[in-house]
Amino acid sequence: MTPPAFSPVGLRLENIDKRYGGLLALRGVSLVIAPGECVVFAGRNGSGKTTLLRIAARLVRPSRGTLSFSRESQAGEDHAIRPGFVAHATMVYDELTAEENLLLFARLQEVAQPERRVDTLLNEVGLSDRRGSLVRTFSRGMRQRVAIARALLHEPSVLLLDEPATGLDPQGVAWLAEEIRRLRDSGRTMLMSLHGESEISSLGTRAIRLDSGSITADTRTGATFRSILTFADA
Amino acid sequence: MSLLPNAAVLLGKELRTEFRSRELLTTTIVFILIVIVLFSFTFDPTSDESRRFAPGLLWLAFLFASSLMLQPCFLREQHNDTLSALRLSVRDPFAIFLAKLAANTLFLLLTELLLLPLFAVMYNVPVIPVLQWLVLVFFLASLGISIAGTALSAISAQARMRELLLPLLMLPLLTPILVASTEVTKSLFDRTPYVQWKGIGFLAVFDLVFLTALWLFGEYLLEE
Amino acid sequence: MWKRAVIGAVVLFLVGAAAYASFFIAPEEKTMHVLQRIFYFHAAAAWAGMTAFFVCFVANLVYVWRREERWDALGISSAEVGLAFITVVLITGPIWAKPAWGIYWTWDARLTSTFVLWLLYISYLLLRTLIEEPDRRALLSALFGIFAFIDVPIVFGAIRWWRTQHPAPVIMGGPGSGLDPTMNKVFFFSVLAMHALMVFLIAERYRLEKLRSDFEVVRREAEAI
Repeated sequence: MTPPAFSPVGLRLENIDKRYGGLLALRGVSLVIAPGECVVFAGRNGSGKTTLLRIAARLVRPSRGTLSFSRESQAGEDHAIRPGFVAHATMVYDELTAEENLLLFARLQEVAQPERRVDTLLNEVGLSDRRGSLVRTFSRGMRQRVAIARALLHEPSVLLLDEPATGLDPQGVAWLAEEIRRLRDSGRTMLMSLHGESEISSLGTRAIRLDSGSITADTRTGATFRSILTFADA
Repeated sequence: MSLLPNAAVLLGKELRTEFRSRELLTTTIVFILIVIVLFSFTFDPTSDESRRFAPGLLWLAFLFASSLMLQPCFLREQHNDTLSALRLSVRDPFAIFLAKLAANTLFLLLTELLLLPLFAVMYNVPVIPVLQWLVLVFFLASLGISIAGTALSAISAQARMRELLLPLLMLPLLTPILVASTEVTKSLFDRTPYVQWKGIGFLAVFDLVFLTALWLFGEYLLEE
Repeated sequence: MWKRAVIGAVVLFLVGAAAYASFFIAPEEKTMHVLQRIFYFHAAAAWAGMTAFFVCFVANLVYVWRREERWDALGISSAEVGLAFITVVLITGPIWAKPAWGIYWTWDARLTSTFVLWLLYISYLLLRTLIEEPDRRALLSALFGIFAFIDVPIVFGAIRWWRTQHPAPVIMGGPGSGLDPTMNKVFFFSVLAMHALMVFLIAERYRLEKLRSDFEVVRREAEAI
């Protein structure tokens, strides 16, 4: 594994609560994620996985608690860290082409040499030949590739993936697993929410189980990967 | 400061999307046309009557049309959750508003200018001699409508009954624009046309006040 | 419990006293006689309504800043009470206008602006009913409330500037516009009484709102089980 070209980033969540109406989607979640870890979050629907990832992406504001990122190479918090986020929704415009979408987001994020970067990514995700087609015409698998390309435009040190394999066929899942392996091995810190055991879950270096908004198991504190991923009732 | 470049990139996207499908522009133009025609049935568009009523009707038509045209503004960003992508990509969320209100102002202005000749003919009002002042009023009023409308459409997109809600929120709020624009237009259509600088200034102040309010509170409108 | 009843009684007494003063203490006005006395209600209610909306504005600002539920409760309470007072203004206007001018509604600058004000805050209330999630509802309605209140002086300004060019009967002389000193005192006492009523109503409504939202929380938790 080649050493990363950037300094790996760690995350710290302290006492995060997120309240929707009277209900706590997340309660008192505290977590330290080391730079370069690849964490798999497992849990039933409604356990708070998506909320947690959206908070880490800074899309959702927690009702209480703090989130901070820090680089290995420097002390203190780094406020400039912007995670890459792949959600269940593709977060790209159907009425624009793959290339137009990526150029848009590249320019917004002030990526250096945007056209070159978009070119590289389109090649990486295997969509070079479809770059001029409207995303509306893409299959679910192809849209997911555009979504991943979008997330990687600014070469994020942290990557958040919310059930990324949803709707992908076995080929798509295999491709995704390979991508994630590559990203993990390059030193990126990754947080993934998954639904159960799969090719992708086995890429994780740590697993955490969420139930009703709280962390109920963590491989770091002794639980086994398998038990977390198969929702074994304790 | 990346605010303006970001806004420019986003404005490009808004324009490209709209000019590709032209759905907003065409439906808005047709709507205003229908309203203008219907209004003409309600009174006799002789020269004198027209001069009194036409400006008000024109601006009412524009207001109603804009309250419909502005609905998709943030609603369409819910599809595929592209709003989240924008929020993740821009440094200052105000860039999103700036781009959208600029695009909306442009669209409104375009529809107004396209319909002006037709309106002049149907209602017998002298438009040519005061054309540049009309364009100025159109611009300032459209800007005000867009600023308020863009902000309110971010709110209505998150509520139920959004089709009816946006007009409900926008129309009372924009009464000052209706009043000022109508009065300035009226004096431009007068037998001896003159420019009501008071009205022009008023519109400019309205625009400034609400642009500032949007700048201060915009990010909260997009919060999750 | 008793404290509230006592305060309520005091407020009621004040309002009653103001009514008495309006009818029996204030001297009769030259041109409009008895009819003019409605002015003490009409104008005082207008002031109290505007103050309530100002309270709403402040509550909205603080909510956006602090995100504490009680500021949202204060916001809705003061908006509703303000709306009630403004409704009184809009009703007493025509009541006066009909015998005085023969028509129920005149597009007098102040009355027109008040009507727009009323529409703005009705929209505020309507908006709240259309958002279910309490935190979203609180935030979005607070933001609309802020925009609405900023608009209020602009609305009054626009309508006053242009509409008063049109010949329209002015509903009533402005407060203190050359009024007899006794009339002035009665008027300010009316204003005081109306404000006391306003504060009392807001407090009661606020209490109700807190009860309602606590109940809402319990209900949602029960449903989740």
